[in-house]
Amino acid sequence: MDVLNAIVVLTNFVIIPALSYGSQLALGALGVTLVYGVLRFANFAHGDTMSFGTMLVIFITWWLNSIGVTLGPLPTALLAIPLASIGTIVLLLTVDQAIYRHFRCIRAPSVTFVILSIGIMLTLTGLIRIIIGPGDKRFLDGERFIISSREFKILTGLQEGLAFKTTQAITIFTALIFMGFLFWFLKKTRTGKAMRAYSDNEDLALLSGIDSDRVVRVCWIIVAISAVISGTLYGLDKIYKPLSYSQLLLPVFAAAVVGGMGSPIGAIFGAYLVAFSEIALTYAFKRVGVYLLPETWMPDKLMQLLSTDYKFAISFAILVIVLLFRPTGLFRENTS
Amino acid sequence: MNFLEANGLTGGYGGSVIIHGITITINQGQIAVIVGPNGAGKSTAMKAIFGMIKLQSGSVNFMGKDISTLTPQARVAQGMAFVPQTNNIFSSLSVEENLEMGAYLRTDNISASINEVYRLFPILKERRHQSAGELSGGQRQQVALGRALMTSPKLLMLDEPTASVSPMVMNEFMDRILNVAKTGVAILMVEQNAKRALSIADIGYVLVQGRNQFTDSGPALLANPEVCASFLGG
Repeated sequence: MDVLNAIVVLTNFVIIPALSYGSQLALGALGVTLVYGVLRFANFAHGDTMSFGTMLVIFITWWLNSIGVTLGPLPTALLAIPLASIGTIVLLLTVDQAIYRHFRCIRAPSVTFVILSIGIMLTLTGLIRIIIGPGDKRFLDGERFIISSREFKILTGLQEGLAFKTTQAITIFTALIFMGFLFWFLKKTRTGKAMRAYSDNEDLALLSGIDSDRVVRVCWIIVAISAVISGTLYGLDKIYKPLSYSQLLLPVFAAAVVGGMGSPIGAIFGAYLVAFSEIALTYAFKRVGVYLLPETWMPDKLMQLLSTDYKFAISFAILVIVLLFRPTGLFRENTS
Repeated sequence: MNFLEANGLTGGYGGSVIIHGITITINQGQIAVIVGPNGAGKSTAMKAIFGMIKLQSGSVNFMGKDISTLTPQARVAQGMAFVPQTNNIFSSLSVEENLEMGAYLRTDNISASINEVYRLFPILKERRHQSAGELSGGQRQQVALGRALMTSPKLLMLDEPTASVSPMVMNEFMDRILNVAKTGVAILMVEQNAKRALSIADIGYVLVQGRNQFTDSGPALLANPEVCASFLGG
């Protein structure tokens, strides 16, 4: 019984939150890693692209709610994702045409693109604050829980409760579907293979007649969709706050770098690694210990390695460790 | 009118001039080989034919059309294929995907061409699901050649295809190139291993300091004492 209680506490406070946070990071990191693979630069504007997409989702959700449309037990925001994706695709394609394209044509070094993306990040941050304001925005409706802590206790008779929020279930489910779709696209379709070929060897891709403009366009489209989905899921699960999306850039980059920039499977692995590290290292394990340790061994402290304020320091530490000891990441193939 | 006629090519990288008025002609289905000492402009001449460097003067006619102003990609669509000396495969893609990418521009059914490549290079069929970067040097060259053949080219250009393989693999590779030529594809090749390459050449070009020095059939060049003494080590 004690072991069961301990498992429930751990699942409730570490495993489920980390899985859902990891899924949000994974979609974000996929966006970063795709841009890196195809366009060869670290896209600092990605956090704010997520924020921009989520902002569109919020406006559309509010509008849908105002005309009386809801999704019943599910959040209405899901209904807004396709339309917001189109808006974000338009944004990214416009930015690409207006800004990146010229520097691609003159074959500017990758650092130029990084600086450009920082500029776009700052512009987007400002734009978002003007449009929706810097405050918190709530846009979650529908059932809050699939199973609440109280229901779980009654159902199982355990002392500890296990809550499974609707948003967590949706997050994990949607992320899996998106990843499945992305891998199917990259492995099976002609355009997906062309994207991988272009990412692998740009010159040879051109010699094979692969249309680089098309590859770049498709890349931005996928990046926009992933940004809208990950941003919306994060906003539903936590809350929408423009500033928190800029901060999200750090764990997202850490995830992409851990897996090896340009490697989609690595980005997913890295995202869950970062999420589990952040949550496990800042969780107070005392409540688990209560059930597992003999009473005399029980420390009177919280058994928490780091305060939750240091959450971002963990991403940062992971980033630094990987860059020091394995700068190509864990999954990047070392090919000549 | 010859199949390929490159006349008076002059040009180089940036402002410098590396090749001076080089002329190269190939007839349908021929194997042409460019040899010469280091720095003679062999690769540059080939890149000029493929449109990878800007010409100061000269023209390239291919199958009766003036293609001097076309980009390399447009020349691929016209029926030229180019295998660079290095980085000539998609190393993270599988062997089969490499071949598929070679046929990217084609809209017809490519399975016959894939089978044709597998017939020419049986080892690739065995390895078709392996990623190309895991293969040996000789096998990679076969992938590179196979990818280029997938465009169903009329003219296949190879830049030092045997530079990174062992002598044994090189001999095998030359035989394979002969097999490719038998399918009716003209071949233009830059080679370091001049003796072996000239022995299979219908026509050979010896370049020295960016100029045509000797032009003759392969065996005739091999028999030419002057060519032998200066470039083939006696």
